Amino acid sequence: MVVVELLLVELLLLLVELLLLLLVVELLLLVVVESLLVVELLLLLVVELSLLVVESLLLVELLLVVVELLVVVVRVRVVVVRVVELLLLLVVVVRVVEFLLLVVRVVVRVVVRVVVRVVVRVLPKGDMLSGKKRCEERHVRANDRDYNEKFPYADNHIRTCKYNVFTFLPINLFEQFQRAANAYFLVLLILQLIPEISSLSWVTTTVPLVMVLLITAVKDATDDYFRYKSDQQVNSRQSQVLRGNLQNEKWMNVRVGDIIKLENNHFVTADILLLSSSEPYGLCYIETAELDGETNLKVRQALTVTSDLGADITKLVDFNGEVICEPPNNKLDKFTGTLYWRDNKYPLDNEKMLLRGCVLRNTEWCFGMVVFAGLQTKLMQNCGRTKFKRTSIDKLMNTLVLWIFGFLVCMGVILAIGNTIWEQKVGRSFSVYLLWDEPIRNNNVVFSGFLTFWSYIIILNTMVPISLYVSVEVIRLGHSYFINWDRKMYYIQKDTPAEARTTTLNEELGQVEFIFSDKTGTLTQNIMVFNKCSINGKSYGDVYDEFGHKVEITERTACVDFSFNPLSDRKFKFHDHSLLEAIKMEEPSVQDFFRLLALCHTVMPEEKNEGDLVYQAQSPDEGALVTAARNFGFVFRSRTPETVTLYEMGTAVNYQLLAILDFNNVRKRMSVIVRNPAGHIKLYCKGADTIIFDRLDPSNHVLMNTTSEHLYEFAGEGLRTLALAYKDLDENVLEEWMKRLLYASTVIENREEGLADLYEEIETGLMLLGATAVEDKLQEGVPETIACLTLANIKIWVLTGDKLETAMNIGYSCNMLRDDMNEVFIISGHSVLEVQQQLRLGLMVMKQTLSHHYTYDFSDDSVFEETIIAEYALIINGHSLAHALEPELEQVLLETACLCKTVICCRVTPMQKAQVVELVKTNKMAVTLAIGDGANDVSMIKTAHIGVGISGQEGMQAVLASDYSFAQFRYLQRLLLVHGRWSYFRMCNFLFYFFYKNFAFTLVHFWFGFFCGFSAQTVYDQWFITLFNIVYTSLPVLAMGLFDQDVNEANSHRYPSLYRPGQLNVLFNKRQFFLCTLQGVGTSFLLFFIPYGAFCLVARDDGSHISDQQAFAVIISTSLVIVVSVQIGLDTYYWTAVNHVFVWGSLAVYFAILFAMHSDGLFSIFPSHFPFIGTARNCLTQKSVWLVIMLTTVACVMPGLAVRFLKTDLYPTLTDKVRSLQQASRKLGPKEQNLRRVRRTSSRRSAYAFSHQQGYGELITSGKNMKRKGETPVACVSAEAYGTSGTSEGNTRTQQTVMDSNVVSNGAIQT
Amino acid sequence: MASNYNAKEEDGHQPAAIGHGGAGTVKNKKPDNTAFKQQRLPAWQPILTAGTVLPAFFVIGLIFIPIGIGLFVTSNNIKELEVTLTNYSVWLAIFHPCYNCSQSYSWNSTKPCTCSVPFSLDQPFESNVFMYYGLSNFYQNHRRYVKSRDDSQLNGDKASLKSPSKECEPYRTSDEKPIAPCGAIANSLFNDTLELYYIDPNGSRTAIPLVKKGIAWWTDKHVKFRNPGGNDNLTVVFQGTSKPVNWRKSVYELDPSDPDNNGFINEDFIVWMRTAALPTFRKLYRIIHKKPNMTPTLPLGRYILEVTYNYPVRSFEGRKRMILSTISWMGGKNPFLGIAYITVGSVCFFLGIVLLIIHHKYGNRNHSADIRS
Repeated sequence: MVVVELLLVELLLLLVELLLLLLVVELLLLVVVESLLVVELLLLLVVELSLLVVESLLLVELLLVVVELLVVVVRVRVVVVRVVELLLLLVVVVRVVEFLLLVVRVVVRVVVRVVVRVVVRVLPKGDMLSGKKRCEERHVRANDRDYNEKFPYADNHIRTCKYNVFTFLPINLFEQFQRAANAYFLVLLILQLIPEISSLSWVTTTVPLVMVLLITAVKDATDDYFRYKSDQQVNSRQSQVLRGNLQNEKWMNVRVGDIIKLENNHFVTADILLLSSSEPYGLCYIETAELDGETNLKVRQALTVTSDLGADITKLVDFNGEVICEPPNNKLDKFTGTLYWRDNKYPLDNEKMLLRGCVLRNTEWCFGMVVFAGLQTKLMQNCGRTKFKRTSIDKLMNTLVLWIFGFLVCMGVILAIGNTIWEQKVGRSFSVYLLWDEPIRNNNVVFSGFLTFWSYIIILNTMVPISLYVSVEVIRLGHSYFINWDRKMYYIQKDTPAEARTTTLNEELGQVEFIFSDKTGTLTQNIMVFNKCSINGKSYGDVYDEFGHKVEITERTACVDFSFNPLSDRKFKFHDHSLLEAIKMEEPSVQDFFRLLALCHTVMPEEKNEGDLVYQAQSPDEGALVTAARNFGFVFRSRTPETVTLYEMGTAVNYQLLAILDFNNVRKRMSVIVRNPAGHIKLYCKGADTIIFDRLDPSNHVLMNTTSEHLYEFAGEGLRTLALAYKDLDENVLEEWMKRLLYASTVIENREEGLADLYEEIETGLMLLGATAVEDKLQEGVPETIACLTLANIKIWVLTGDKLETAMNIGYSCNMLRDDMNEVFIISGHSVLEVQQQLRLGLMVMKQTLSHHYTYDFSDDSVFEETIIAEYALIINGHSLAHALEPELEQVLLETACLCKTVICCRVTPMQKAQVVELVKTNKMAVTLAIGDGANDVSMIKTAHIGVGISGQEGMQAVLASDYSFAQFRYLQRLLLVHGRWSYFRMCNFLFYFFYKNFAFTLVHFWFGFFCGFSAQTVYDQWFITLFNIVYTSLPVLAMGLFDQDVNEANSHRYPSLYRPGQLNVLFNKRQFFLCTLQGVGTSFLLFFIPYGAFCLVARDDGSHISDQQAFAVIISTSLVIVVSVQIGLDTYYWTAVNHVFVWGSLAVYFAILFAMHSDGLFSIFPSHFPFIGTARNCLTQKSVWLVIMLTTVACVMPGLAVRFLKTDLYPTLTDKVRSLQQASRKLGPKEQNLRRVRRTSSRRSAYAFSHQQGYGELITSGKNMKRKGETPVACVSAEAYGTSGTSEGNTRTQQTVMDSNVVSNGAIQT
Repeated sequence: MASNYNAKEEDGHQPAAIGHGGAGTVKNKKPDNTAFKQQRLPAWQPILTAGTVLPAFFVIGLIFIPIGIGLFVTSNNIKELEVTLTNYSVWLAIFHPCYNCSQSYSWNSTKPCTCSVPFSLDQPFESNVFMYYGLSNFYQNHRRYVKSRDDSQLNGDKASLKSPSKECEPYRTSDEKPIAPCGAIANSLFNDTLELYYIDPNGSRTAIPLVKKGIAWWTDKHVKFRNPGGNDNLTVVFQGTSKPVNWRKSVYELDPSDPDNNGFINEDFIVWMRTAALPTFRKLYRIIHKKPNMTPTLPLGRYILEVTYNYPVRSFEGRKRMILSTISWMGGKNPFLGIAYITVGSVCFFLGIVLLIIHHKYGNRNHSADIRS
């Protein structure tokens, strides 16, 4: 019974729920008719009004009225209620009915409102706003424009420009006035238009403001125009669209749902779903360098059903599948959708999509259906706006401007109070001669003070002159151009000049403390060169002269001539002729060596024309080896799933490929089993030397020792080594083994282990052939650059995705790691605890040594040297880094890392790179610089204060995200030590002088305030105020900011310690600002009071007085211009012709303009604008005036000069020392410069460094990518289908890449 | 700020091909090798060394001190005499001859008040003597005061004469007629009359001729100030305008005797209109020309200054003075400049010595020796 009851209850509940649901639905409808509700509301109002007529004092009703909250009603009620009270009794019944109605309505309304609000909140905003159909999924039907046009999908037209002709002015102005400075000046301008407080004519602010706005507008307009042009160019690219038949269309006319044809080496037009391609199985290859920076080919495969469409136009035209997929997003590696076609559903993923920005490769043609177009493509969704980076100087400047503003307000207040008091005490009685204005006349002196405050704000605003911002921008722009123009940062091979992509960060280049560098492509060239080899105990690769001495290989060393081989790669260079001779002598071991190299790999050949071979290698070192074999006459020409064709010394030899024992990180080797034409079965194996040596036949003992020695030698030169071995196999043994292999590869449980065991079993008793040494070519000058930057006290951290061994290898070869280092800590823990332990251990060791040295430090000087020598290095692995970056460990990590001389992080994801940078950036308060070349560096480049991209490579992603780009790592030295240092120095000098100048200029008004009744009367001519900053003093300071050099470039390189002041930020900080304020205040004081003292009494030599205001103005302004010019003369270290022209020119222009403005002519045209007529003439002809000017100048300049002299004389900085040295050496004439050479002293054995990416192994053996259809592949080792990643290694790797690209896209989102 | 996306860059590898170089010319992007672009402009690179700075200090000291002494001596040789016309020293005020006038006089008084102030010269004034009136605590440099004028009107612009600039408010119109000259400055024109008499030893008074020509700047008199419609018939020209409220007579009656000194180009008026920079100021009133014979312009002895006291200054605690002064090459008496020169010169010299000592004792004479790179 209970059960029944319960059921009943449940049923009831269900019913209630249903009802509720219905209610919700109803309410949703109500949402739609909310507009009607408004009308209803109005009606209700009327109803209520009528109700009120019959209202009693019933409490309930009153409450309801309150709910209505209608003030008008309440007011009306008060009046009306009394009138109608008499009628109350008569209409009670009516009232009750109406009251009930009202209750119902109000309750309904309140409920509706609440629900509507809830619904509005719950629903995503966009949907409600757009009012369109919810587009959580996207429906695209192929070849059906009408259907697709029902949805608001973007077409393929892109538009990155911001304005058009009509919107330019309003939008640009709006944007410009969003900047604080411009808005500030606009407010000032408005203030000046109020006559009561306008102490300056509006021209003084308008002229500079308009100039600033104009310059910015022109710059914005040109930028936007170029963007428009590039948009145009992209939009009008041609593509082939299927409209009944194939038609040429511009890119912008491509619509979602169109089927388009792509051809080889063309850019993908939009994000399209691959339907069919020229390659078998609907495969197609793309290069995604533009998208994610990875240069290797990627495979995409169409659905089988669609790949059957082929190139059949009629079938394609009839294709009417509908894709339902996710809305546009910026995840480059993810796509989920379903294709509905012929009543079937097919799942779609990223493997079937070609994204805009990719390039089709190795595929003749392919057809695809546009799913996302234009701005909705993943590429465009990833193009976030670049984060606006600001320099620390910028931030300091903003703080200072705020301070100045506070200072300004303070002075305004002081003067306003002064004015109030003055008006009270003096002004009141002086009103005999000077009546108070209307507002003050009502006895309100405080109001006068208030007005005066604003007047003084206007007058004193030049302390933060508008030209400051413009000048700073101009100077930075100039510095950027100097970077762009620098021939010493131009890379001739790639025809790539350096480029400052951001013009606002230059001075920060002079303050860098941490450099985070990528490895591949940044430190190294990402080019592997087959450099040396050891075959059968003989080492090849070195060149010896006739006396048997080793010769340094240079550009001029004669190369081996490979012309006998028509298939050779022209770019391949080898210098040791003996190897070729050995080949020609047909030495079997040498032949076998190269045969192995030609057979044992997973490289894909591509032969477009006869003999024009191109290898598609998964890793560059594999490619290098195959290319070496090719040149030495063992040309790998083509492969099928079961055969490999070599051209051995010109004759074609077909090998039957029996098995590929693929590479993985645990095995560290790979093998192939082949049957040669003679029927012999051989296993060829290449791998890490230690691994191979363990599996050698004991008979190899002697050879192993010699080879081992050679390997040692190779490794010492920083080469990557591989050992090669072979084994003859017996047919029967192999057959039996193959059977077990086939079985093992079908087993589900423990498959990998089973396979590994089998591999292990057959790879024994190998016969050693020799070893190869491949050079991972460092970029030119990398060790020297790193050494120099280290001397400049810049810490360089290498963050690489490579393996530990490779990273260490590079660390040694570029001198970051050295044998003489005290200890190299390798952190490779797998848990938080482990990592913590390792980190703490390192920290402890270092602290002990350091404190140890400290204690000695005081007693013995010689021990100090040892502290410097105590160098440590930290190498941390990716998974350890993940733990170390957790909040509880990151401080330890930071502390440890900062004590170490060298930090290398390997196996890091792009996200971790950014995290490391972020960690240092936030905790060390230091300027960070990230340099990299690939898409995986984008996040780091965007996070760091300064991002540098290596350009000239194939991927552009890093360069696009960067602030500076150049082609070679070594240019970093010049960028930082020369350009950065100069920029910082110039900017600091500029700011110091600029603030000084404006304080000196403006504060004169403050002093004058005490003598003019605090009336905000200006000291100077209005025109002078207008022109002072933009004409009289702008150019000399600009010239200084652009051209000044304290130390020349050679010495900047030679004394890297000169970089130190920038890192410590000593050239311009709050203290320096205070000093320049002090100097400015002092100068303004002298500028006012010396003429004041002199002109209290002075008369002209004709007796008439010149202590009138205009003469006073001319004298002070002339003194000011001269003082300021002399000061900049003292501040300029590097007087080029431009400086001379600007300084003297400014003075000349000042006098020219002065006399012009005071001339009769101008006065007769505009009498009221040039009232200073004749003042200059009457004034500057007087000897006493010049005496005053001279006195003022000397008095203003001398104290500063004395202080500066004392500073350089008593506490010379390194800069001062180098300067005097520089001057001395210039007098002596040019001297031979001893350039530091960095020698590599590593004798460390390098480890096996192989591609860390899985090869095409499975694809090859499965035969999927081969042109021959219909044949079943032979039993192959890695029988798993492509993409199901059989090994655990593969699994982690795919995850890794997923993560990587996630990060890349995230990096883009962050912006 | 710009969007990250750039079609040219997406386009990839050969931007030079579509560049502006024209058809087929692939331009090398190598920057030009000019001294400017490579920042190798030849330059003079001065350094502040003891060899340049210290001599500068000494030289300045050695130049400035003599100049200062010269200025000081010149200034001391200039003879100057100041006669106070109002005296606010509370105890002595009542003994001042002009006490009554200064106490009672206001703008509303109809009868001019006169007083005579006796003074005597201890030494004769040679050559031209300049007679100034000085005012203290008079804020001619107040912003509202300074702007309260119409330069177009003063320049003889007829339109401005009839409708003066708004800046002149509240001295713009009176009885709905435009004021000429308008504004607070003109309104407060100094209108005392000063006459100087020499008292012969025998007791008779000799009026000393005071010249009122040439007291204004030439540019002011001839360019900046002009009567509307020339100097003739000022009465007609100024018809329809009103005199400033404080004035007793109209602007065309300032000097009826001399048409070249009447109206806006009256020199007393021009001098007044050139506003002073500081609240204590002097303005040239008259010139006493040197006599052709060898007798001093103003022999020593007793004098009387007859003051027609029209200009009230008591209300704002202002003070009036009359100054007689001779002039030298450097202008009027001005001890400040000389003293300032001597001070600055000696400070420089002294600083030079101090710096020299410091430099020799502690200074780094060989900078380059200890560079550690």
